[in-house]
Amino acid sequence: MNYLEFEKPLAEIEGKAEELRALARANSEMDVEKEAAALDKKADVLLKDLYKDLTPWRKCQVARHPDRPHCKDYIDALFTEYTPLAGDRNFADDHAIMGGLARFNDQAVVVIGQEKGNDTKSRIERNFGMARPEGYRKAIRLMDMAHRFGLPVVTLVDTPGAYPGKGAEERGQAEAIARSTEKCLQIGVPLISVVIGEGGSGGAVAFATANRIAMLEHSVYSVISPEGCASILWKDAEKMREAAEALRLTAQDLQKLGVIDRIIKEPLGGAQRGRKETIEAVGKALETMLKELSGKKPEVLIRDRRQKFLDMGSRGLAA
Amino acid sequence: MNWISNYVRPKINSLFSRREVPENLWTKCPECGTMLFHRELSDNLNVCTHCDHHMAISPRDRFTALFDGGVFLEVKVPEPLADPLHFRDQKKYPDRMKAAQKATGEKEAMLVAEGEVFRTPIIAVAQDFAFMGGSMGMYVGNAIVAAAERAVKLKRPLVLFAAAGGARMQEGILSLMQMPRSTVAIQLLKEAGLPYVVVLTHPTTGGVTASYAMLGDVQIAEPNALICFAGPRVIEQTIREKLPEGFQRAEYLLDHGMLDRVTHRKAMKDELVTILRMLMRQTPAIRGELPVPADAPAR
Repeated sequence: MNYLEFEKPLAEIEGKAEELRALARANSEMDVEKEAAALDKKADVLLKDLYKDLTPWRKCQVARHPDRPHCKDYIDALFTEYTPLAGDRNFADDHAIMGGLARFNDQAVVVIGQEKGNDTKSRIERNFGMARPEGYRKAIRLMDMAHRFGLPVVTLVDTPGAYPGKGAEERGQAEAIARSTEKCLQIGVPLISVVIGEGGSGGAVAFATANRIAMLEHSVYSVISPEGCASILWKDAEKMREAAEALRLTAQDLQKLGVIDRIIKEPLGGAQRGRKETIEAVGKALETMLKELSGKKPEVLIRDRRQKFLDMGSRGLAA
Repeated sequence: MNWISNYVRPKINSLFSRREVPENLWTKCPECGTMLFHRELSDNLNVCTHCDHHMAISPRDRFTALFDGGVFLEVKVPEPLADPLHFRDQKKYPDRMKAAQKATGEKEAMLVAEGEVFRTPIIAVAQDFAFMGGSMGMYVGNAIVAAAERAVKLKRPLVLFAAAGGARMQEGILSLMQMPRSTVAIQLLKEAGLPYVVVLTHPTTGGVTASYAMLGDVQIAEPNALICFAGPRVIEQTIREKLPEGFQRAEYLLDHGMLDRVTHRKAMKDELVTILRMLMRQTPAIRGELPVPADAPAR
């Protein structure tokens, strides 16, 4: 279990309980269960307290938690017959983007998402979920295919942002993102997005310009990272707490602003403490959203999606 | 209908532009260091007469140079919600807005106009880098939607001069949502069969490049303009190496297949009208100074 900075007191208590139990295992005469149970209870109370009212910055940390289920975990658990389709037919295959054909409850769909990786090797291979132009162009290709064959598209968003690299810029990062967003607005099939962790700026928009957008309870979606915002507006990257607050990047604020349609509840202590439950909850939400859109004509899906984005911004937050 | 009958009466302020007497009559070219007299510089559209360095030009000055006789009509842009997030960094967002309005004399970072270029009716949009870095917020989104709707209504092509540091952080997610929102507007224009030409000026970066500024039927840039998604500083911090000379500049993008043309500001009007008239299947433009319409107020 990886603990976040704000979970340190919790780590201490849980650690102590674990230590006691380890001692008891080594020495059968010791009876620690009562003490350990008391610690467990204390830990439970603390966990509830910590997660009762997470600050925006803490939500960012939870959204980036390495033990959170990632794109691959959702695809493995919720989809069958997943058949990855690779490459942009121009330059390369971007491993930051997973995508292909799959079945969701037996229905054929196209699934696309950013995968961050879960250990050093896979993180490097996945480029920490930061796509290059090839990734967006692969997504465009897959969305075209979905459109041609009338398959709904499900996108799973989890990226710090598009990769800021030399080659990525040379091959037209901006254009690739713009075209991917444009493609999202052109396909005559249901398009559903779930922000499962970090929705990092343009890199997320390119996938999340959808008919229905859901966010996990502790995920975030923002125009810029709090650190980036702090270093520009506060001239001090350490002011990320203030920036996270000001940016209104939580699922709760985004729902109030009318940017997202639904919040998917996470288990107590965040998705990392209940991976299975989280994945199931996402599966349920996908099912509901697909149902809402099923039977709609292609032109209606396109028109509604466009109108949704044209209407955005008419709602502000209460003072 | 001829060009006189659909001639649009200009707004007073486009004729009597409120340009104040510059405090400093001389501007130093940041590129070659030549001291340039203000009148000489503005006659040359803020391009250095010595080294051709393109300096910033305000949307109003650009339109005055672009439209026949300097005459254009501003297209009204619907007002968005002010400060929807109640954003505050070291300053309050409304205070930053007021400062930008005072410094530029403009309401916001984008100006939309209709008028004629060598008697070719067009809609033009220009982004103002001097106004909070030209940043794209809800007003800019509204401006693009208004411009596209106007273009569709009047069946005119749309020319957009981009200049921006990216999305306006003070509007948070709502600024980010202008990426898909502006894209919808451009799609409506394209579906109406109308040309959309983008002129990228220095600098155009971030979410603006990654949306409406890269979706033109024709992509033109001014010389040496910085055009990118991630800025050079961010990339240098990420890859920890120095970037090559000219990286992400207009000519570099042209070499890498990201642009159609790099065009000098003084040749822009001519080039735009050439391209637009062909795309609109119109006869070649009649160039040269046009007689000022009889009913136009004196300049």
